Amino acid sequence: MYAKVKHFLAQSAIYFLVAVLTICCLLPFLMVVSGSLSTEEDIMNYGYTIFPKNPTLLSYRVLFQRPGMLISSYIITITVTVLGTIASLIINSMIAYAMTRKTLKYRKFISIYCLITILFSGGMVPWYIVCVNYLHLKDTLAALILPYLANGWYIFLLRNFFNAIPDEMKEAAKIDGAGEFRTFVQIIIPLAKPALATIGLFIALMYWNDWWLSLMLIDSDKLRPIQYLLRIIVSNITFLNSQMNVPELRNSKQLAPTEGVKMATCIITIGPIVLLYPFLQRFFIKGIMVGAVKG
Amino acid sequence: MNLSNKVIAYNESKNKLRIINILFNFLKEIFKNKTLYAMAVPALVLLFLFNYFPLFGLIIAFKDYQFDKGIFGSQWMKPLFYNFQFLFDSSSALRAIRNTLLLNFAFITIGVVTEVGFALMLNEIGCKWFKKTAQLITFLPYFISWIVVGVFVYNLFSSEHGAINGLLSSLGMREVDWYFTPGAWPIILILINRWKNTGYGCIMYLSTLTGIDSSYYEAANIDGATRWQQIRYISLPLLWPTIIVLVLLQLGKIMNADFGMFYATVGDASTLYPTTDVIDTFVYRALRITGDIGMASATGLVQSVLSFILVIGSNMIVKKIDEDSSLF
Repeated sequence: MYAKVKHFLAQSAIYFLVAVLTICCLLPFLMVVSGSLSTEEDIMNYGYTIFPKNPTLLSYRVLFQRPGMLISSYIITITVTVLGTIASLIINSMIAYAMTRKTLKYRKFISIYCLITILFSGGMVPWYIVCVNYLHLKDTLAALILPYLANGWYIFLLRNFFNAIPDEMKEAAKIDGAGEFRTFVQIIIPLAKPALATIGLFIALMYWNDWWLSLMLIDSDKLRPIQYLLRIIVSNITFLNSQMNVPELRNSKQLAPTEGVKMATCIITIGPIVLLYPFLQRFFIKGIMVGAVKG
Repeated sequence: MNLSNKVIAYNESKNKLRIINILFNFLKEIFKNKTLYAMAVPALVLLFLFNYFPLFGLIIAFKDYQFDKGIFGSQWMKPLFYNFQFLFDSSSALRAIRNTLLLNFAFITIGVVTEVGFALMLNEIGCKWFKKTAQLITFLPYFISWIVVGVFVYNLFSSEHGAINGLLSSLGMREVDWYFTPGAWPIILILINRWKNTGYGCIMYLSTLTGIDSSYYEAANIDGATRWQQIRYISLPLLWPTIIVLVLLQLGKIMNADFGMFYATVGDASTLYPTTDVIDTFVYRALRITGDIGMASATGLVQSVLSFILVIGSNMIVKKIDEDSSLF
């Protein structure tokens, strides 16, 4: 009886602790949602809270009064994510397929060549000089895509997936007269679709969340991805105040919702990820577990 | 022509032949598998441009870098280690190295404890939907960019309208000017790191736990072992290999700070640098803000060389423990 009570208490403690930690993970999100719906006065007086005291959509209305910048940033991010993900999948899976073919004499060399890129890095300074001085990527759309395209990790992951496909399949296709490239497109790709989808999700997430490339290589205000725009809105007060010059506010006595607009931009930035996340989560978990297996 | 000259000439022509032969075999192989090699070329070229080229570019640490002359055209420094003098003269570079090591060490040790602990707790939860929801929500922060996390941190810690100060004042305590209190930031950064990565990190441990044969626990049950004893003597020992391998792989990267985290949360709050300035932010500032390429590249080279040694070392140990988990 005593043991049972003790077990029950321990179980309840675990449920309680997990529930508390889970809520802690969620709190910052709630605070941003609430901040974006609060009036500037409430934020000034009470600070950020979990629930808005006087809910208002003013911040969103101000933000959408001049949506040009937001839309162009969104277009940049979507273009970069779509182009980057597709190109990256094609480039990485082509080399990964070549590495699985035993007829290739130099495949050992190719895999060491890829491994070295995972292990060693020249660091930020030479990378920056190469991108700016030699490849002339500064202020180009390519700067937001090219540097991440080839990735040693994904090459090894894809190679492992392709290795799991029996060689007989490839040989059979060859006997039927298909060349290597046709075998790859018509046999391998369809068979590896789940793997490609999983890795594609990771690549898409990387491009969507990226701001490092724009921080380093983009000065032009026409090429700002959404994450970088958020950074500018949050850290540059002059820029933020210039956004407040809208008819909505000129005739009203309300305080300009500078804090609210920051939060609303934040919501718009993470919106698509948070909405898609529940459906995609299990693919990511699968990807992490496969990724832990050696390349 | 005397004999020795003949021998030399003969050897030379033999060497030439050998080189021609190697070249011929190489071309034959390339031609034979031309489609496959062509498929590999785009990735090989991109990796060369963005990984190998910068690796060679590390030599600029020994050069007086001039923008118009490029990496190879710039003059060598006299003395060669001139750029490194700064590094050891200025206390801020050494401070950045110290902060990187200490903070990363804290992230790794506290990280593994929280991740294993959380995985063990999740594993004890019988209620399916509860477990699923908890995992769903705790994994979410991993998907959020550091810029957005920076906004979250600002909401919590800003001195005028931060939620933490709001809480402190409603409890009748004195408000704290967080962005002027460097002493608090190692703890704040650890909390941020845990908030973002615990859900992600525990996935590997949780999958190891669910993979444990249930007959172990059944046998222990029959022997009258309590749940705690089962965790202590079955779950933990079986988790050890995973824990050791993951920790070692992280130790290999201990010289590399998570630039995004520091840039987005601390940013240019220079009052916090004593405890929060790390190698990556230090190099970034030297490169992009003060424009001191010499110092930036020297610090970067030190970082790259130490990382190289650590990666090789940690991987050698991993290989001894578990051959399959090593990187190479």
